[in-house]
Amino acid sequence: MGEAIVITSGKGGVGKTTTSANIGTALALMDKKVCLIDTDIGLRNLDVVMGLENRIIYDIVDVIQGRCKLKQALIKDKRFDYLALLPAAQTSDKTAVTTDGMREIVAELKQEYDYIIIDCPAGIEQGFQNAISGADRAIVVTTPEKSSVRDADRIVGLLEKEEMKESPRLVINRIRNHMMKNGDMIDVDDIVQLLSIDLIGIVVDDDEVIKASNKGEPIALTPNSKASIAYRNIARRILGETVPLQSLEDDKGVLKRLKRFIGMRA
Amino acid sequence: MQDKKQIITIKGTREGLSLFIEESATYRDAMKELHEKMMASKPRRDEPIVSVKVKLGNRYLTEEQENELRRVVSVDNRFKIDSIESELIRIEDALKWQEDSEIKAVNQIVRSGQVLEIKGDLLLIGDVNPGGKVISTGNIYILGNLFGIAHAGFEGDHDSFIVASYMKPTQLRIADYISRAPDYESDGVYMECGFIDGQQDKIIIDSLKVLSRKRREISGFERRMNNG
Repeated sequence: MGEAIVITSGKGGVGKTTTSANIGTALALMDKKVCLIDTDIGLRNLDVVMGLENRIIYDIVDVIQGRCKLKQALIKDKRFDYLALLPAAQTSDKTAVTTDGMREIVAELKQEYDYIIIDCPAGIEQGFQNAISGADRAIVVTTPEKSSVRDADRIVGLLEKEEMKESPRLVINRIRNHMMKNGDMIDVDDIVQLLSIDLIGIVVDDDEVIKASNKGEPIALTPNSKASIAYRNIARRILGETVPLQSLEDDKGVLKRLKRFIGMRA
Repeated sequence: MQDKKQIITIKGTREGLSLFIEESATYRDAMKELHEKMMASKPRRDEPIVSVKVKLGNRYLTEEQENELRRVVSVDNRFKIDSIESELIRIEDALKWQEDSEIKAVNQIVRSGQVLEIKGDLLLIGDVNPGGKVISTGNIYILGNLFGIAHAGFEGDHDSFIVASYMKPTQLRIADYISRAPDYESDGVYMECGFIDGQQDKIIIDSLKVLSRKRREISGFERRMNNG
């Protein structure tokens, strides 16, 4: 029996889709059976980031409206045997999906896959409700910007009202170390304190991420980039391993501080 | 027999007249006698208006009855009703009163977009994040960080105040007063309180010891007992 994890943020453009693609890929790298679901109906792009756009025949709306079987709509990844994608529809709107429909799909996928990663649309309307309805846990993505943290806070509030197995966990994305050091960006510490949820990973702002997603190759596949290691670490933490947070640079002070977060998790 | 025992007794005191209504008499009889007494002792046109305290003892008047009493005493005759005092209040009112004066402890984080509204005093164990809002009819005590909006004395109590372990609010509101954070970036303050300063006619934030001087009756119940 698998587990469904929704990746959400409230605000748009903070990296939900990139995070979904990379966590999914990283889990697949560790021999887990993973299915990605794109729930951003009308603005799908998880398939683009995964480089699977040209393989789409049916989508999630087709499944919900009974035009095809769930198995027919799943796209097998070109790199892994047990990584699949259920793409969003590009032509319908968000009302085409219902929370019940989502729950059914997720329940069915859980029979076969270890992890179902649900990529949530931006906003807090129906699309968000659909995306979280089938999920067992949630990962909230934020960037070190005020507006993004504010929206993450709102989302955490909404998620706390849902009955999930555990409280949401936090990914802080697009960290620019020099700005954080100068105090021009909100500190990781401050974000965690404000949101008061467990940190599951920090990802540095890396040009390679953009290059990789343009190529349709998730960054998690490249062995040595910092962002890639960060995503793979998140995947390991999802599996229950205790992995120290990556140091942003060779700064002992930062390292020490980050280790403290891991202490919190234990 | 009945005639000998007076239902209505009027006594003069320094503050004016006190009007006692015998509690064992029926309401109808009392009103009848009151009407007669009032007509008899009605001041003449050139005399000043006399203020009257009505004492009901263990009698409860409905709103209609109270209106009738006021009409008989003040409208038909040249008396002014100062107060109507009864030893009794209805259970409904008592419960509401109790609710208004209780301290309600809540343990949660009030996150962006959430509103926590409480009757009486609020004791929040947790933070109010930016974009979050707490509202109470009495005082607000926050064991945590106040970053959002706190509104004390929501129904108009100017004496209510807001205390927080750490205060860096977006806005403080007390009754119909609003103050907001300065436009420049500033640090918050630890263990301080916000209240309305009568002289400056605005909300000020000051240390807790100032509060103990300004607001002696901290308990909502005492305050309401004294202020009605």
